Amino acid sequence: MDIKERKILVSLISSILILSIYTIYVYQNSVIKNPEILNDFSFWGKSFLILIPVSITAQIVIQILFAIFNAITHPKEKESVTDERDKLIELKAIKIAHYIFITGFMLAMGVVAFGLQPWLMFVALIVSGFIAAIVNDFARLYFYKKGV
Amino acid sequence: MSKPLIVNNIRTLRFMANEMTQQELADKTGVSRQTIVAIEKGKYFPSLELAFRIALVFEKPLEAIFTFTLNAE
Repeated sequence: MDIKERKILVSLISSILILSIYTIYVYQNSVIKNPEILNDFSFWGKSFLILIPVSITAQIVIQILFAIFNAITHPKEKESVTDERDKLIELKAIKIAHYIFITGFMLAMGVVAFGLQPWLMFVALIVSGFIAAIVNDFARLYFYKKGV
Repeated sequence: MSKPLIVNNIRTLRFMANEMTQQELADKTGVSRQTIVAIEKGKYFPSLELAFRIALVFEKPLEAIFTFTLNAE
């Protein structure tokens, strides 16, 4: 497994960890105390707005730690350049992830259209975004292994 | 419809070029070693620009490196 594949694996694991930890934190600190908060749109707005910078910061920190760890464990490995194949793989993976997110978005709108609980719409958006991110990483790993 | 297939003899040409390593070819063409590996294995078909860059390194015409065939399904 080369450095690019290891980076994707780290990104995959960190995405799962970050969202899991954040969800548990929000659930324990807000939802358990007041289940009615699920119907409060400002709660969802704040949760989304906090999740984005937290996720980006955590990803950056994890990637820096990985780079340090990688430099220690693989001192002779050269940092790989990003070339046309990487860009093509990224584009193809993003395309697949985009379709998944759009499907999730349509589901979320369906929830609203059929008059279900509004909080289900936000859950559908978060879950589809999460699945899209995971599939994006898996697709990249697949294209690196099997070819593009 | 026939499936197009591009085969290459980069591995042979590297051997003939004083056993040039994949990393050396990657450095000369501005791509990663993994991309050279993928091209050699036929897992990735390079862009026309990269194909010309590879041809320039070996000082050969493009068709001496890449061969296009129509593989009937």
